[in-house]
Amino acid sequence: MTDLEDFEANASGNGESLTVELALANLSGSDRGQRYYAAWWLGRFRVRTREAVDALIATLSDESDLTPDGGYPLRRNSARALGKLGDVRAVPGLIECLDCTDFYVREAAAQSLGMLGDRAAVPKLIQLLEGGLEAAQPIPGCPHLAQPYDAILEALGALGAAEAFSSIEPFLKHPTELVQYSAARALYQLTQDSLYGDRLIEALTNDKLQLRRSALTDLGAIGYLPACDAIAQTHAENSLKLIALKGLLEHQIDRSPFDRLSEGAIRVMALMDDLL
Amino acid sequence: MTAELAEVLIRAVEEADSSTRLLEAVQQLSAARLTAAIPTLIAALGYNNPGAAVAAVDGLIQIGEPAVLPLLELLDGYNYGARAWAIRALAGIGDPRGLDMLLDAAKNDFALSVRRAAARGLGKIRWEELPSEQVQLAQERSLEALLQVSQDPEWVVRYAAVTGLQELAKSFTLSHIDAARQILAHFDRRVEDEDNLAVIARIWLAQKEIRDYTTEILESQEQEYETVSTLVSALDFDWQATLEKLYARKRREEPLHEGDPRKFRELAAAISSAIA
Repeated sequence: MTDLEDFEANASGNGESLTVELALANLSGSDRGQRYYAAWWLGRFRVRTREAVDALIATLSDESDLTPDGGYPLRRNSARALGKLGDVRAVPGLIECLDCTDFYVREAAAQSLGMLGDRAAVPKLIQLLEGGLEAAQPIPGCPHLAQPYDAILEALGALGAAEAFSSIEPFLKHPTELVQYSAARALYQLTQDSLYGDRLIEALTNDKLQLRRSALTDLGAIGYLPACDAIAQTHAENSLKLIALKGLLEHQIDRSPFDRLSEGAIRVMALMDDLL
Repeated sequence: MTAELAEVLIRAVEEADSSTRLLEAVQQLSAARLTAAIPTLIAALGYNNPGAAVAAVDGLIQIGEPAVLPLLELLDGYNYGARAWAIRALAGIGDPRGLDMLLDAAKNDFALSVRRAAARGLGKIRWEELPSEQVQLAQERSLEALLQVSQDPEWVVRYAAVTGLQELAKSFTLSHIDAARQILAHFDRRVEDEDNLAVIARIWLAQKEIRDYTTEILESQEQEYETVSTLVSALDFDWQATLEKLYARKRREEPLHEGDPRKFRELAAAISSAIA
């Protein structure tokens, strides 16, 4: 609990203070550390100006910041920031990033494409699932899979890509639980079938804390109301449970614009109150 | 006998050699509700085992008053990890001796989990345990703190402040109507400025709970129509609707006269559905 919250506390205020002008200047400067930090900063503080978005898009093909093992740190941060700024002009650049040689750039791009909500990314994302489970097996000695499958699946779910159903479905049987959960999350978003929501409720009883945390995030993202009691009871930090229940609550509010406090909303808030 | 039991249960906590065993041992010790267990339960707040900490908080709340001073002593120290849990225990006990600690924590603690637990606790203080001449000042200090905390940068702390203000408004309804009105006016303003949907929903719920509570105590005290309408309009409720609800409930409680057609409504419905 403490690590997580220390991080939240620090992220909300401290850190090197920049101005928008300075961040933009640093982003096109020559200091690699400053460029990297500026890209993060523009996303963190939601600087949605045209210049900021253009400057970040330009760095998606940056070649100057390349680590010995083939990573593109600046591209990663820029791709992440662009997801937070909500400007769909970033979509073509991010789609190109899905072909980047750096796994983590592809991962950041897939996450941001899911956030930006532009369906133009769907065909390319589906293409990355080609080969199905066979291509998606863990690689010995490699810390990640061939593709950022969880991010891809989640993006397809967020984009409502119904045509991706048959590409996503096999991943329910992926050897990695996190990938299974992402598939369940996406399939629920595409079908609203409780079968998939219930799969995530089951995940809340997993022995591993990390997996329970992940399931909490997924349930919050899909706003699956039948999960509310299981969320309140699972063994995990209250902060994460509260964030998940907030997701459920927000879905309840969206769906009942005429009756602002639905029964479900009141039930979720009662659970949240007890976790404070 | 109890002393022996306490010794056995405490030893089980001290000798637990895995996080699962620790959790079980703390749960059993908590369930026994023994004052001799207080130091061990407080120590369990600092074990960095969220499950055990939750169980220990529950146990300390059940033990109640005797745990207050040891908790306050712990909070004077530097054990950061345990602080949030100790604040939650104090908040749950509601002993007014914890008030200063909660006020300070709600306003000034750097960890959002501490601020949110304290904000919730400020609404749960058992005011009747204070000497009567101190109640008003103590409540006003809590009100002032919560009005400030309801603009905290973190949504979950604002959410917690709403729950605290809700409880405070309820305790003000009969004693200090201006303060209750101030809280309701504050909610109206906050709901305009608030951009977090969960916090907005919680404000709606607080408004409803305060209204329902006011109606209920007015009803239970058989207040005159005059008093009811004055109070309800002083609180800026839609008093016409409130009164209607109150009288509708009264009507439901009155026994139906012999021959009242409403008596036969269910029977008639049963017959007509049987015919259909």
